[in-house]
Amino acid sequence: MANLEHASTHAHDDHHDHGPPKGIWRWLSTTNHKDIGTLYLIFSCTMFFIGGFLAMCIRAELFKPGLQFLDPALFNSFTTMHALIMIFGAVMPAFVGLANWMIPLQVGAPDMALPRMNNFSFWILPFAFTLLISTFFVPGGAPAGGWTMYPPLVLQTGNALPLMIFAIHLMGASSIMGAINVIVTIMNMRAPGMTLLRMPLFVWSWLITAYLLIAVMPVLAGAVTMLLTDHFFGTSFFNAAGGGDPVMFQHIFWFFGHPEVYIMILPAFGIISEIIPSFSGKPLFGYDAMVYAVASIAFLSFIVWAHHMFTVGMPLSSELFFMLSTMLIAIPTGVKVFNWTATMWRGSISFEPPMLWAIAFLFMFSIGGFSGLMLAIAPADFQYQDTYFVVAHFHYVLVPGAIFAIIGAVYYWLPKWTGHMYNMTLAKWHFWLSAIFLNVLFFPQHFLGLAGMPRRIPDYAVQFTDWNMVSSIGGFVFGASQLLFPILIWQCVHGGAKATDKVWESPFGLEWELPSPVPYHSWNEAPTMGDLTHGAPVHDIHSEDAGKLARDLKPSH
Amino acid sequence: MIRKLKSKFAVGGLCAGALSLVAPAAQAAWTLNMTPGISKMSRAIYSLHMLMFWWCVGIAIAIFGVMIYSMMKFRKSSGAVADTNFTHSTKIEVLWTVIPVLILISMAVPAASVLVQTEDVTNSDLTIRVTGYQWKWGYQYVGTDVMINSTLARPSNLARELGSGIDPNTVPNYLLEVDHPLVVPAGVKVRLLITGQDVIHSWWVPALAIKKDAIPGFINEAWFDIDADQIGLFRGQCAELCGRDHGFMPIVIDVRSKADFDKWLKDEQAKAKQAAAQTPATGAT
Repeated sequence: MANLEHASTHAHDDHHDHGPPKGIWRWLSTTNHKDIGTLYLIFSCTMFFIGGFLAMCIRAELFKPGLQFLDPALFNSFTTMHALIMIFGAVMPAFVGLANWMIPLQVGAPDMALPRMNNFSFWILPFAFTLLISTFFVPGGAPAGGWTMYPPLVLQTGNALPLMIFAIHLMGASSIMGAINVIVTIMNMRAPGMTLLRMPLFVWSWLITAYLLIAVMPVLAGAVTMLLTDHFFGTSFFNAAGGGDPVMFQHIFWFFGHPEVYIMILPAFGIISEIIPSFSGKPLFGYDAMVYAVASIAFLSFIVWAHHMFTVGMPLSSELFFMLSTMLIAIPTGVKVFNWTATMWRGSISFEPPMLWAIAFLFMFSIGGFSGLMLAIAPADFQYQDTYFVVAHFHYVLVPGAIFAIIGAVYYWLPKWTGHMYNMTLAKWHFWLSAIFLNVLFFPQHFLGLAGMPRRIPDYAVQFTDWNMVSSIGGFVFGASQLLFPILIWQCVHGGAKATDKVWESPFGLEWELPSPVPYHSWNEAPTMGDLTHGAPVHDIHSEDAGKLARDLKPSH
Repeated sequence: MIRKLKSKFAVGGLCAGALSLVAPAAQAAWTLNMTPGISKMSRAIYSLHMLMFWWCVGIAIAIFGVMIYSMMKFRKSSGAVADTNFTHSTKIEVLWTVIPVLILISMAVPAASVLVQTEDVTNSDLTIRVTGYQWKWGYQYVGTDVMINSTLARPSNLARELGSGIDPNTVPNYLLEVDHPLVVPAGVKVRLLITGQDVIHSWWVPALAIKKDAIPGFINEAWFDIDADQIGLFRGQCAELCGRDHGFMPIVIDVRSKADFDKWLKDEQAKAKQAAAQTPATGAT
């Protein structure tokens, strides 16, 4: 422990020596992983509210039948842009922001491995999204062909088409650079003694996610480039009249798109695997199985893509293959849910805000998993495909899945970042309003889909009115309650009770060995194995004395 | 409509689903579940859906039950002490890997068997070509001159304009009515050849459990064999985003008995021949 204290004192000294420059230049030129993490998170939060505003407009239009506010073309732009902004602007940058903040702290590294590239990969994003959002003001309006950009429809986009494609290239470049940075950091900068199978699950899940990103972002770039050449340079990749195949785009897109789905959920699995042990007072159950489950999900994500396309008219053999391979995903995903539950079993559970979000994740992500299993059944999917049942499904995995995990992560680590505790009452309000109204928002959409309401329509037959109204009311309250989040963060940054170094009663992880707030430069001197026994790697459950180590962490027991 | 909305709010938004609309015009009733449909295939798919649903309900009760039980039983506030040795158990981990595999197999077998049947388009007695356009459907009875252009019915088309001032509840089958429905026989195996003219559409009639993409340059096949007693109108919509008016190209099928259908087709064929003779230009529609 003495060794550790030395390290943290040392870090404090550094803080005084090399503080950040002042003003805007600090943020433009920063190569510090904490600053860049903060930038990513602020950017993500901004995009979350812009995408959320579009969602509110969509729910307002769908409140009752008949068109009230939006022209159908503008409605299509709103659904398209809502998806692009939420996926590429809110969820993915939030995870990269958390990776920037936490991976160096959790593996005992002083910073990310490639700090200048880190700065570059962030600062691309504001330009990419300014470009994308500016398409609302170009002739022809914003892209309205859906975020999946299926040709030939997407080729009917106006001047927005090349702008959208360039924006996607920029986002892809940013993601790839971020992913390279994560891999290099994890592979090279772990503290001595932190073997791969001693890494925290958040680090593990990000390592695998980073490989997925590097594998599939170029595929997306290729697909949109082919759209570009089809539109402007006379090629016929996706034009049947010229010998091409519009369905080929769908295959290429979903070869990217399905791993992309896991890019948005695997880091969330990592976060939940950090939070649940810390608030259950015992190490993660089945650590090795958890790592292997993430790896198998990542592998399977490459061989299930055509389950998004059961109605395009594939041969029977392909439909059978993709149905069966998709069903297989239920197994590693089930293992994860069972392991989280077993972590709580015989634990000592306390219900601080991060744990509330994690528990909500467990329940509602599972609901999304159930509807996912139903969707895997190809003949039944003929009825579900492109209905609100699918909308309900992917919002259940993305909102209480990815976004609840991100919010939970912020509630978990915010005191460590700022040195202050946040307003617990406000945090609980935020949680309960979100958790309840999320279900009011999305659960009725299952009924709408089964009753026959297609997705991506601005107006509907009157038998769908009731559940659309319920869903919209849920949406408005859910949307409004998200405003509590930036208020709470603002208060926490600018004051509040002093957070202890541990913050929570018995959190697992190396980051809790550092002072709160974390100094600007941390782990300048890598912690050694001796320190680790007092810190994080109680995750190392195959070490026989894991239980003893866990008890060491909790002297009160 | 405003008055109606207010009265709904008075009862409470959360149970709005339990209220029925007092609609003067003919409208379908709201439902919670998939329709079992009007053919053997659609009922097979419905059963598959229900099988999956009940499996999911059962699994949910089991795992949510364990989660809720642990949250009650092992609360720190009730004095629970963590058993930090309970972090691994090969036996239980094997168990919760193998049991799901068995459950999945029990799901996959009936699913694969239904899937094989849906793809068997052989031995059909009638073939209809379905073409998706932005934004209407075209039907041609293969081997005849009979063609149908099927677009959104005029009352719906007027009411759906932005700020039309027409209450959709007063429009019969709002957005689900067409000028000329697709006429099909009951009790006959009908094959559909589905394609698109401009962009990808998707032909979906829930009562038939058929949803097939209409792709320009490619022809997809589907088939149905409606029960002989299911005479009537059944409605569906385009299911693949196809541009501005994607929400406004419904599908209506008019199911008639074999005898009625044959008579109708004969009459239409005669009319088509006559029209072609009078004005050759319209024959090419």
